[in-house]
Amino acid sequence: MAISREEVEHVAFLARLGLTEEETTRLQEQLSTILDYMRTINEVDTSEIPPTAQVIPLRNVMRPDEPRPSLPVEQILANAPDREDNHFRVPPVLD
Amino acid sequence: MELHELTVLRALDALRSREVSSVELTEAYLRRIESLDHTLGAYLTVTAARARSDARRADELRRRGDDAPLLGVPVALKDIFCTNGIETTCGSRILKGFVPPYDATVATRLAEAGAVLLGKTNMDEFAMGSSTENSAFQSTRNPWDLARVPGGSSGGSAAAVAAGLAAASLGTDTGGSIRQPAALCGVVGFKPTYGRVSRYGMIAFASSLDQAGPFTRTVADCALVLGVIAGHDPSDSTALPDPVPDYQASADGELRGLHVGVPDEYFVAGMEPGVERAVRGALDTLTELGADVRPVSMPHTSYALAAYYLIAPAEASANLARYDGVKYGYRAPNANTTLDAYLRTRGEGFGPEVKRRIMLGTYALSSGYYDAYYVKAQKIRTLIKADFDRAFESFDVLVAPTSPTVAFPLGAKTADPLAMYLSDVCTLPVSLAGLPGLNVPCGLADEMPVGLQIIGPALGEETVLRVGAAYERASAWQPRIPEI
Repeated sequence: MAISREEVEHVAFLARLGLTEEETTRLQEQLSTILDYMRTINEVDTSEIPPTAQVIPLRNVMRPDEPRPSLPVEQILANAPDREDNHFRVPPVLD
Repeated sequence: MELHELTVLRALDALRSREVSSVELTEAYLRRIESLDHTLGAYLTVTAARARSDARRADELRRRGDDAPLLGVPVALKDIFCTNGIETTCGSRILKGFVPPYDATVATRLAEAGAVLLGKTNMDEFAMGSSTENSAFQSTRNPWDLARVPGGSSGGSAAAVAAGLAAASLGTDTGGSIRQPAALCGVVGFKPTYGRVSRYGMIAFASSLDQAGPFTRTVADCALVLGVIAGHDPSDSTALPDPVPDYQASADGELRGLHVGVPDEYFVAGMEPGVERAVRGALDTLTELGADVRPVSMPHTSYALAAYYLIAPAEASANLARYDGVKYGYRAPNANTTLDAYLRTRGEGFGPEVKRRIMLGTYALSSGYYDAYYVKAQKIRTLIKADFDRAFESFDVLVAPTSPTVAFPLGAKTADPLAMYLSDVCTLPVSLAGLPGLNVPCGLADEMPVGLQIIGPALGEETVLRVGAAYERASAWQPRIPEI
């Protein structure tokens, strides 16, 4: 089963990935091949099998909720592509 | 013997007896990096000034009677670990120039143990790859043959130790990214049990699978480094609270009466005959050492690759959502809206393999496909784990090849993503089950190293190290640095 160009474009938008025309074409081919291979798992009957999300036996690890210092604002903003005062600066959210 | 050829334990002996200082040892490594790394490409950043100051401090501490476990030993870190004040790129253009304001827990632990930081090593972008060719910055070459890949994704860390450009290094392993490059470069590499080592400050790829571990030239060195980095961390709630045993002590001991299972399914079609010969030879050695070596069937093994390449990309697509050009890293210039900035930042910042995985993962999680792909893969994961649970009722460890092939030529698999994914066919099931897997070199095929994978039950690091160390003592393989 091939994945359509529209599906590739839709998924790219969900992931907020701007793709070029060539990338979209290549990914359509590659994802179709890869997903074909993935379908081998349908050979296995899993109707009675629960899913596994993680493998360690830990649940709800708790610690005392004590105040402690955070990283200084200047250090955090030092990596920001753009800033204004103590804020991250971004392009307009609305047109 | 030259300084860069010393194992970690021998270097420590020499430091303790004052035959050599950490400054001398560190300068020897820095000279070697200077003369060879332009050819090898193992390092993305060489922290020479930091290394020299670490070394002077180590010598001073030793003069005052300190004997921390790695005091004065030069090591390297995969560029996936955040290092305070040192650029950390994760092999990606989107993190070019990112200077973390804090250290990963493993970096802190190495520093507290007295290690000297030589630099940050090359890797596949966001640890996605099996050849280190997906780095946004450079390819790393295999020290045994410069026309071949070192494996991946921790190819820089593996090559650095193999070539004598670091005494030890750390990597990370999500589906094989420590074990496979260790096999291809002829060094020891250990992925511990999921949760044995803290993930705090380690840039996330697939959070239910990611685990850090050491590269060294011997199993004894591996036991020492693992003991330094393992253990609970209040900053990572998935870091297991179980006490850390004395791994060096557990690496001693014989194998008489030990039950060793050999999973038939790991000897896959397409395995190179030379690899199979070397691995079968290692099984004979284990038998000679008194282990009871028998075949075992792990019937769901062949489905691990498909399950892994749905689960890991799904988790990655969520983890990599944070690279939005707002808080750190690359932002595409001149975007008119936030949405435009997101699309272009991520489109320009990520490389082809990372985009492929984000697409695959987003698709598997998207409405209409979630149950058919993601949940189905999680159910397969249950069956794969059950295969291991059943095998460990009868066996103490499982032994298998680490990689079905020796190192392949640069460029051989870059055009065929699925062929590249198949490089990890022997390591992926172990990752899905969260188990410890150790690569130990077991000979050469076509003059390239072959790796033996020793797999233990959860928190079975001690037994795995014992088997690895006993094999290493008995085998004809002697750790050696190839001529470059």
